[in-house]
Amino acid sequence: MGEVVIRVDQAGKRYRIGEDANVYGSLRETLMERITAPFRPRKPSRRASGRRGEDRDFWALRNVSFEVRQGEVLGIIGRNGAGKSTLLKLLSQVTEPTEGCIEIAGRVASLLEVGMGFHPELTGRENIYLNGAVLGMTRREIERAFDQIVAFAEVEEFIDTPVKRYSSGMYLRLAFSVSAHLQPEILIVDEVLAVGDTAFQRKCLEKMGSATRAGKTALFVSHDMSVIRSLCDRGIVLDRGAMVYEGRAVDAVAHYAHLIGSEMRVSRDLRDWWNRSGTPRARIVHGAVEWRGNGEEMGHVVMGDTLIIRFEVVRDADVRPSSLRSSCIISTTTGIPVLHISNEDDDFIFPDVEEATVTITVPQLRLFPGTYTVSLWVGNQHYDDYDYVRDCLSFDVEQGTVPDRAYRMSWYNGLVYHPSEWSAGT
Amino acid sequence: MPIDASPPLHGDTGLKEKTHPVPRVVIRPSAGWTPLDLAGLWRARELLYFLVWRDVKVRYKQTLLGMLWAVLQPLLVMIVFTVIFGHFARLPSDGVPYALFVYCALVPWTFFAQALSQSANSLVDSSYLISKVSFPRLVIPLAAAFGAAIDSAVTLVLLFALLVIYGIRPTPALIALPAFLALALVAAVAAGVWLAALNVRYRDVRYTIPFLIQLWFYVTPIAYPAGLITGPWRVALALNPLTGIVEGCRWALIGTGALDGLALALSIGISLPVLVAGLYHFRRVERRFADLV
Repeated sequence: MGEVVIRVDQAGKRYRIGEDANVYGSLRETLMERITAPFRPRKPSRRASGRRGEDRDFWALRNVSFEVRQGEVLGIIGRNGAGKSTLLKLLSQVTEPTEGCIEIAGRVASLLEVGMGFHPELTGRENIYLNGAVLGMTRREIERAFDQIVAFAEVEEFIDTPVKRYSSGMYLRLAFSVSAHLQPEILIVDEVLAVGDTAFQRKCLEKMGSATRAGKTALFVSHDMSVIRSLCDRGIVLDRGAMVYEGRAVDAVAHYAHLIGSEMRVSRDLRDWWNRSGTPRARIVHGAVEWRGNGEEMGHVVMGDTLIIRFEVVRDADVRPSSLRSSCIISTTTGIPVLHISNEDDDFIFPDVEEATVTITVPQLRLFPGTYTVSLWVGNQHYDDYDYVRDCLSFDVEQGTVPDRAYRMSWYNGLVYHPSEWSAGT
Repeated sequence: MPIDASPPLHGDTGLKEKTHPVPRVVIRPSAGWTPLDLAGLWRARELLYFLVWRDVKVRYKQTLLGMLWAVLQPLLVMIVFTVIFGHFARLPSDGVPYALFVYCALVPWTFFAQALSQSANSLVDSSYLISKVSFPRLVIPLAAAFGAAIDSAVTLVLLFALLVIYGIRPTPALIALPAFLALALVAAVAAGVWLAALNVRYRDVRYTIPFLIQLWFYVTPIAYPAGLITGPWRVALALNPLTGIVEGCRWALIGTGALDGLALALSIGISLPVLVAGLYHFRRVERRFADLV
């Protein structure tokens, strides 16, 4: 193993949140603050009080330390909001750490998103140059890689067509292809592999795999544990901004699964739930998942069962019940939202009581087997968040007998079973 | 343990003809004033080029009239002003046809106004880049201002056509025109980097920009000659850096008035310090852009 090329030492990043939903501040406020400041007694912190009393500091990342050696491939795992993206932004120098220190030796290419700088009016050829420049390639490097990029993306015939006429698949292939031809010493990749068709994903993974085998150092963020296991040597697990595990990639994946499992709950008091946001004019104080059917006696939902989501909402007296909007989002543990259930779509209006227990009944649940998390949301008719409680409940789905299949359905094939009618002509 | 100096990597492609030293960065919280990173800006020159190229290309691809837009704006203003101020209000025009008189001023003004408003809004409009990629942020307002410069080149074509139509023979002073246009760019970037940085922090800046430009237009001797303003007001007028630029352009093109040393000195003497201060302010606040946009 080579020498240390990345050293992260006690890195932390703090964001300010809840500034009256007015993150940008107004010029007048600041000017008034500056002008009147000499005439006021000094306060310990200028921002911590006064009109913006709602200020709260939020550490997206804190006390994170690790090292990456040359040629090593590090996987970064964690739930949504665990701090993965913040860590990548610090490493890519998009934003500065609030504390701590990061040392990097080598040319870094970071891929926080594919197709950065792409413009729909420009042709494929023009966008390759533009995107390459944005990613830090020199014009000569782009020229040399140009033919490979076009061939890899399989868009030869359309290279002089504006990309707005591309299919979404072609667009993503081209965007990804430019990124895949970077020649950095250190590669930082956010969850960009979640895009595109499966065949192309495989191709990209191979391309990146070959890059890592050639001794390049790489950092990957992925929700796909099989990617982490197959590409990475080591892994770190982030949770609520802290690094909770560091070790071999397979062990990190196991630790992550344990972390998710240990917080799995079908019923929970949500008064102190950590992962939430919104101006709390209405609050979700309790949530629960129940089911009726074949799985009733077992510890899990069986496909075809009726799923029941129950939650309690307490609202301020001046919030009109008819203005309340609410929804329930069911996602995979990998963060992909699968079902969005909203009171508006189902024509439900909140009753005129300050504390309401809401019951959502989902008949014949047809989610593929796996673990799902539930997020609950209440807001107003403008979709401003009152309370957005993320991933607070979770439940398991097993295959059972509906549909009665010999093969095992898995997320690899899809997420939802939808019964369909087939016919054939001659 | 400090990081060892590792030998440069040659990569697996053999494409690099020269070996680069391994760049080494230390990322830590910074505060206060930091030196201008001109070397970093120079390294980002190709990105700057591609951003200018994209803006110009997209502008002319998307619009029906394409390049004509750049000319149409000062041309229509010229026609309206010639009718109202030249024909009816009979404003003096230093003895040259009013249309030519006003257009000579509209060329640097339009350039300045476009460069200023586009660079002032550029950072907010490029938030998707700022939050995902690291590069010297100054590239963005600069690219916007340079894009406006290319538009202005088109307005110059009409200017020379007008000179021919009115039978004006340029004097040797014409060689000073690029210097005045460069000064207009300096003034635009000076104001632009200040406003662009403030715009990220305070979103009400965006709404004040059109108003600011409109006011600025009236305190600049465009529709009227600077000679119309006398007494102590003359110094007040010259405090506007655009006065020296606009009058200088007229002097270089049609030889009206004498070159006003005071106005020109003030124009340079104000624009340059504001630019330098703006660049330092920009450096100071750019580290927070990604968190704010």
